Amino acid sequence: MLITAPAAAWETPNERANNGMAGAITPKPTATRKATEDRTATSRGRSLNGDFIGSEAIVITGEVIGVVIVSKKYAVVAENLVKTYGATRALDGLSLEVEEGTVLGVLGPNGAGKTTTVRILATLLTPDSGSAYVAGIDVNKDPQKVRELIGLSGQYAAVDETLTGWDNLVMFGRLYHLNANAAKERATQLLEQFSLTDAARRPIKTYSGGMRRRLDLAASLIIKPKVLFLDEPTTGLDPRGRLEMWDVIDELVKGGVTLLLTTQYLEEADQLADEIAVIDHGRVIARGTSDSLKKEVGGERLEVTVEQSKVAETAKLLSELTQSKAHIEEGLHRISVVAHGGSARLIEAVRALDAAQISPLDIGLKRPSLDDVFMSLTGHVAEEISEDEDSGVKNNKRGKSGKRGNRK
Amino acid sequence: MKRQLLQLIRLPEVLIFSTIQPVMFVLLFRYVFGGAIDTPGTDYVQLLMPGIFVQTVAFTVAATAIGLSEDMSKGLIDRFRSLPISRSAVVLGRTLGDATLNIVVLIVMGLTGVLVGWRPSSGALSIAAGFGMLLLFGYAMSWMGVLVGLSVRDTRVANSVVFLFVFPMTFLSNAFAPTTGMPKPLQYVAEWNPVSTMVAGIRSLFGLTNQFGATANSFPSQHPIAMSLIYIILIMVIFIPLSVQKYKKVSPR
Repeated sequence: MLITAPAAAWETPNERANNGMAGAITPKPTATRKATEDRTATSRGRSLNGDFIGSEAIVITGEVIGVVIVSKKYAVVAENLVKTYGATRALDGLSLEVEEGTVLGVLGPNGAGKTTTVRILATLLTPDSGSAYVAGIDVNKDPQKVRELIGLSGQYAAVDETLTGWDNLVMFGRLYHLNANAAKERATQLLEQFSLTDAARRPIKTYSGGMRRRLDLAASLIIKPKVLFLDEPTTGLDPRGRLEMWDVIDELVKGGVTLLLTTQYLEEADQLADEIAVIDHGRVIARGTSDSLKKEVGGERLEVTVEQSKVAETAKLLSELTQSKAHIEEGLHRISVVAHGGSARLIEAVRALDAAQISPLDIGLKRPSLDDVFMSLTGHVAEEISEDEDSGVKNNKRGKSGKRGNRK
Repeated sequence: MKRQLLQLIRLPEVLIFSTIQPVMFVLLFRYVFGGAIDTPGTDYVQLLMPGIFVQTVAFTVAATAIGLSEDMSKGLIDRFRSLPISRSAVVLGRTLGDATLNIVVLIVMGLTGVLVGWRPSSGALSIAAGFGMLLLFGYAMSWMGVLVGLSVRDTRVANSVVFLFVFPMTFLSNAFAPTTGMPKPLQYVAEWNPVSTMVAGIRSLFGLTNQFGATANSFPSQHPIAMSLIYIILIMVIFIPLSVQKYKKVSPR
């Protein structure tokens, strides 16, 4: 296939060394794509048959040097999307792409523009400017055709509460232009696949939150979509429901569907996505695999709580020890620093503090959270990580952050 | 889209309650007002039945509006809009579904009416034409409901908006009491009210003579059937394009 836009010149590879697999890298299944490579340049264009293709130059650093160009086919491409609601810029030049057969996790706090993005890609909303393509089709120009290829499952279980699970699936099957028999057959299959066969004849009203979401997801899969959009599939679910949902999504991904998934939980993106796009204020502020993002975020953090009088001293000490900037929470007398090397750093820190005769009230390692991602990328804390969507209660752990409209 | 019909049939309660209410109205008005309102020449029940029929189908606007706003808040409309179906299919299905419900309701009401003494005195053809007009009017009102249902933020708002609008509309008419007792300016309003023209039209189709007060010579009083049809067409011409347009752009909030 021809690529009309050639690969852009790549930049100098950065300094991280690879693990000696130079030259042995082949275009890999994305799920296993980890930190063995440094991606340095990508480009994208349309092939002659209208598919979006991208190429990625991967420069292996270390001793030798191989350049592998992997050609990619993109199932979803968004370019410079802008959408405003009154004075609020919900999307402010958002661009992203999802490679065919992979999972992109769009991670961001409430109001970052996740839902707006999904709604535009799923043809529910027209952007003020910018363009979007799903399976090579222009979302603005030919939405009807896009709708034949996508599945959408939103934040709410969009099913008819008074109908049974089976009724719902058959109804949606019919709406997808399946004939009566095919719709029934598909409904049976899907109920089976999502372990809902037992509940098939019960009205949705009687379903648990997790079951509703599964049924909703099933409804979005009736026509075996090429591209699936899941908007916060686990928001509001209890931990068990969340785990069940993850399993279901995992199965789907193994089946080869291209998935764009939005979430507020780093953990979830980590678990399900091949690649993560972090968005804030309607823009993508960082992209990469979960590993590369964590590196960027700084991986684990070391958190130390000390007496007030020792805060400044401790901060200085820890900052020197880890060669990174210490983040101080005055009120809590807590200092946190990036800690590459995990527990080894913890031990060093304990020793150093001991030597300086500072006895910490609390000390520990903390895995990076969404807050940390935002801390590191934007310098402000992600606002409102409340689980309860309706209460509107802000659960702002650190208490200080930039003002942001709470659109929901 | 016939699927919407299935949505209505699945819930027997909806059917039961949407028929009980008008039946209750028939009985209440028949026996409470029937004794108090003096109608020389005819039984009150003969005049009442067309009035209640019209009131009932006018309230289709509520059924549609509430149903749609509920679908909106649950995200169902989003799902429908992401399906490869024509943009008008969902609202069309909704209005047809609600219109179908009206058929059932009208039949039950008619039977109740007969039980309490309603005897339309015209021919079968006229009576059928009367019911046809009722269904058509209900269908037109349903499109009004689409616009309301898609415009409001919440089901409760849909409910109050509709009642605020339809309630005076059905009472400021000749449906339950002769307009001749109203202050003169109100008589004109009532006479031009589509509900009145409908009621007058249906009454004449059911073999009754309408009684008019100050407005006896106005166009709607002279030609209630023609005027009603004009209203029905007018409502559809205005609200169908508006509603479909709204549906295309709507987003839940």
